[in-house]
Amino acid sequence: MSEQNPNASAAHDPVWEARYHRNAFILMTVFFIVAPAFIYPVFLMKALCFALFACAFNLLLGFGGLLSFGHAMFLGMAGYLSAHAAKVWGFPPEFAILTGTVTATVLGFIVGLLAIRRAGIYFAMITLALAQMVFFYCLQAPFTGGEDGIQSVPRGRLFGLLDLGNPMAMYYVVLAIFTAGFLLIYRVIHSPYGQVLKAIRENEPRAISLGYRTERYKLVAFVLSAGLAGLAGATKAIVFQLASLTDVHWSMSGEVVLMTLLGGMGTIFGPVAGAFVIAAMENYLSELGAWVTIAQGIIFVICVLAFRRGIMGELEAFLRKRRKQG
Amino acid sequence: MFDISIPALMGQLLVGLINGSFYALLSLGLAVIFGLLNIINFTHGAQYMMGAFVAYFLLNKLGLNYWWALVIAPLAVGATGVVIERLMLKQLYKLDHLYGLLLTFGLALIIEGIFRNEFGSAGLPYSMPEVLSGGFNLGFMFLPKYRAWVIVASLVICLSTWFLIERTKLGAYLRAATENPALVQAFGINVPRMITLTYGFGVGLAALAGVFAAPIYQVSPQMGSSLIIVVFAVVVIGGMGSIMGSILTGFGLGVIEGLTKYFYPEASNTVIFVIMAIVLMFRPQGLFGQR
Repeated sequence: MSEQNPNASAAHDPVWEARYHRNAFILMTVFFIVAPAFIYPVFLMKALCFALFACAFNLLLGFGGLLSFGHAMFLGMAGYLSAHAAKVWGFPPEFAILTGTVTATVLGFIVGLLAIRRAGIYFAMITLALAQMVFFYCLQAPFTGGEDGIQSVPRGRLFGLLDLGNPMAMYYVVLAIFTAGFLLIYRVIHSPYGQVLKAIRENEPRAISLGYRTERYKLVAFVLSAGLAGLAGATKAIVFQLASLTDVHWSMSGEVVLMTLLGGMGTIFGPVAGAFVIAAMENYLSELGAWVTIAQGIIFVICVLAFRRGIMGELEAFLRKRRKQG
Repeated sequence: MFDISIPALMGQLLVGLINGSFYALLSLGLAVIFGLLNIINFTHGAQYMMGAFVAYFLLNKLGLNYWWALVIAPLAVGATGVVIERLMLKQLYKLDHLYGLLLTFGLALIIEGIFRNEFGSAGLPYSMPEVLSGGFNLGFMFLPKYRAWVIVASLVICLSTWFLIERTKLGAYLRAATENPALVQAFGINVPRMITLTYGFGVGLAALAGVFAAPIYQVSPQMGSSLIIVVFAVVVIGGMGSIMGSILTGFGLGVIEGLTKYFYPEASNTVIFVIMAIVLMFRPQGLFGQR
């Protein structure tokens, strides 16, 4: 079963692992704190939102073994609700983001109840189909603004104090949200619950025979993942002052799969790396039009055929090997 | 509710049957491929689109008409399928099924991207064959000849496929290889070649559906991508256990969609997904699926 996740079967050395995670986390955080000095902050914010989205997705795929092909519905719906709350209801940003996140969580519960009735390939098709239903809903519902989306959403003042119109203030708020989401996911993965989730991924019948109600574990993973994807989407809508159909479209669901696969599914830092690569590709190659799609397709094919561990998976394997030799 | 306009209702029913033939042809191909390869072919929509484009090229570049396209397009696109299977899919059989889905998704992105680069997003018109233009006046409705042809032809192809798989010796080998490939191989049957040809056959069916679609819809690079998602829902509703199940579910859901377009047009895009949700609640393995 572990063939599903090439990063799962690595030899365990908890002390080394904890130290590696701590050092990598410090490195990553320091990088993000100083990054706006030399990288365009709007790009960084987009990448951070995608990174949180991909981490949420990875919780489900990398640790729960469930491939959702419809995660855009959580990103997009949360974005719409967050934008609507901020613009029409006049919510301050913190409550607008909360509204979006709660919406995605509830949607995740409903979709999860249906989707976990099937496993494997059917699970992917069901989530894709349900996401398409949400897409058509967003296309037709009056409050989403159809093809135009919800535009010029006010960023507002965080807690009535901090003016998010200032790009630097907005950037550090996004960084704080990302870091909180990231740490939550890390905590969940390393909790007893996370251990059971991994056990279900490796061998579900055995987990059932040990007395675990695996459906509940999978549902909780799905709801958590949907909620955190929603947090990413809600934040993204406030940052870009826009909620649009792009974020609910199936191609966005495909993109998050690609980010996770490229970065390394089942690794802690992989989705962040993958999200940055894909976001950079979109940003800097955007004038090439359909070539971006072709490049994404090629990366998919290469990752599946020859690079299943992903960037961080390969890096971790290399570090482990070097450590064993040295 | 009671002032039903018969021609309009029949018109939507006809559209439903047409869509149903595409659902049936495509879900049949998916089911055949899944049975033997254990791969959900995400490229199916792109291959349907390729079929339509091959027909377009044959007509506009080589002057070969619709009937030639019906033969050449499935063979040509099927051949590309054979190459894909030999070069890529073959390497995935030992891995988790999900990798097949991811690989074929990537291929679909590549193919669609290339066609969008070459032809843009606008649709290209494909003129109807002369013999099949016009229609019959049935008194209560007008039946365009081409639409009648598509429905009848798809039915014939679906039923022949069913016959081939369920009632012939070749089909028996195929079904046996689905159950236990190692044992069938031990009897001296070349299973890898059978797998390759099966993929080519399923892909060919998708291309054939594309040729059928070309005169009805415009030929465009995106014509397959949204269709394939609906077909996935059809497959979930039917379950992939039975060939006849795929055919019945495909046509049935097309008709239901057509009726929805008449009675409650707002829901016509989503009705199949709603049905999928309901089926999942009460019969998660699908209407014709086995546990």
